Amino acid sequence: MRQTGSVLSVNGVTKRFGGLVAVDNLSFDVAEHEVMGIIGPNGSGKTTMMNMISGSFKPTAGAISMKGARISDLPAQEIARRGVGRTFQLVRLLPSLSVLENVVAGAVFGHRKRWGRDAEDQAHRMLERVGLEAMAYAPISALTYIDQKRLELARVLAGEPEILLLDEWLAGLNPTEMETGIELIHDLRREGRTIILVEHVMDAIRSLCDRCVVMSSGAKIAEGTPEDVLSDREVIRAYLGDDDA
Amino acid sequence: MNSTSWKEPSIAAIVAILAASVPLVFDAYWLSVSVTAMMYIALSTSWALFSGPTHYISLATGAFFGIGGYLVGTGMSDYNLSFWLMAAIAPIVATILAALIGLATLRLSGVYFVIFTLGLAEMIRNLVSWIQNNFLGSRGLYVLTDFTESHIYWMLLIIACCVYLLGWLVNRSRLGFALRIIGNDESVAKHVGINTAMSKVILFMTTGFFAALVGAVIAPRYTYIEPNQVFSPELSFLVVIMALLGGAGRLWGPLVGVIPFTLIWEFVSIQAPNSTTLFLGLVFLLIVYVLPHGFVGRIDQINKKLKERSH
Repeated sequence: MRQTGSVLSVNGVTKRFGGLVAVDNLSFDVAEHEVMGIIGPNGSGKTTMMNMISGSFKPTAGAISMKGARISDLPAQEIARRGVGRTFQLVRLLPSLSVLENVVAGAVFGHRKRWGRDAEDQAHRMLERVGLEAMAYAPISALTYIDQKRLELARVLAGEPEILLLDEWLAGLNPTEMETGIELIHDLRREGRTIILVEHVMDAIRSLCDRCVVMSSGAKIAEGTPEDVLSDREVIRAYLGDDDA
Repeated sequence: MNSTSWKEPSIAAIVAILAASVPLVFDAYWLSVSVTAMMYIALSTSWALFSGPTHYISLATGAFFGIGGYLVGTGMSDYNLSFWLMAAIAPIVATILAALIGLATLRLSGVYFVIFTLGLAEMIRNLVSWIQNNFLGSRGLYVLTDFTESHIYWMLLIIACCVYLLGWLVNRSRLGFALRIIGNDESVAKHVGINTAMSKVILFMTTGFFAALVGAVIAPRYTYIEPNQVFSPELSFLVVIMALLGGAGRLWGPLVGVIPFTLIWEFVSIQAPNSTTLFLGLVFLLIVYVLPHGFVGRIDQINKKLKERSH
């Protein structure tokens, strides 16, 4: 086991949108160097949970803390500065900036603040890291879908986050791209990064995650190694319905 | 630092020196047109510092400009204070007001922000008129100084140069980069660690500061000031249209919009004084349909095509 202590704790977090309970009293811990998967059927509240960790939403109740300090009251930019980096479910790039500048954006204001030459060098390193160095001076419009995803990842990595949130980073990729994508996340895992990922691709979950939290209708219905949770009757029922369980 | 980064400020310095000689060369009529143009250059350039990168269209320029003119008027007329003192106080008052407005409204986006700033300018205008009529006894204010048109022109030129220099410095700073990111995607900006509200408020305050300063400096030109005249909503629209015509994406964009616009505006005002609003509308249509990124956008497009052809 690579766990050495909890970096992020989610404690009894609930999120209500009017009458809808999107996340219901959810608790889990993420240890350092751990890859934690959040899985569950569509609409089960996974992305809402990610949005609360990154500070896009404030929890209605409960608390999220990072290394013992409460972060759930902080604005998103403060959480980012403390070292939580995220990608978005639908890729978000800065279209009027060049590929390189998109990555520089992550380096300049992020967890470690860089500027000028230093930030550019960091951006080049990150582009190389995700295999996009050749496109450094291209416009955003020249990128294919997986390259856009790579670029977004490079931007996040440039800020040297301590916790990396990947929201369906593999979604929408074709089978070849998927292989490349999984390999890339594997590399990040080997570097010993702490990663929380929301994913639908089961192969990716099996090979990437140390542990999984399974959500259904906003609540946690299982937690454990991918192997255990994916054979859990409750989980199968949530995904496939009562008849198949 | 490479040579290209100095090219723009060097050209700007030469242009500024040429501009400084205008009162020595032009006759009274053309000097008066130049004062108007210089006023709009300072206003549009400072407006574009905030609205260019963030795409937040502010119609509050008239309010800040009015504060500048009105405070100079009331200070000199009602309290016998010096022009210089009032010209120093006015921008500070406007900056504080801009900070308050900014903190309250920059959460609004798109058209809501536009409407709010327009409403706000109107509210300030009516408030000041009301105070003036009910408590201060007089409707108008006299601003009597020894300044000639040339003096006013040179003061405006100095302000315009300061705006330009500040813009150049901001564009090269973290703050300038942060604003470009905000203009692209505010959500990404937050998640890379940018304090978006703070960045926007700082630039909005800068715009307010310069608009009030211009309003204060131009006040002696009018001699007689009425709140309804200095808090003119038309001014807010003119500033936006001129900046967009030139292109708010570059520091020198508003400049290339202001000069042709002021000349044609002057011509239209003399030849067909009742058609100025029509002209304003036509220019707006021109921007929307033909020049969405202003002259600057068109120039960049042509440059790009030429480059592609030469490859």
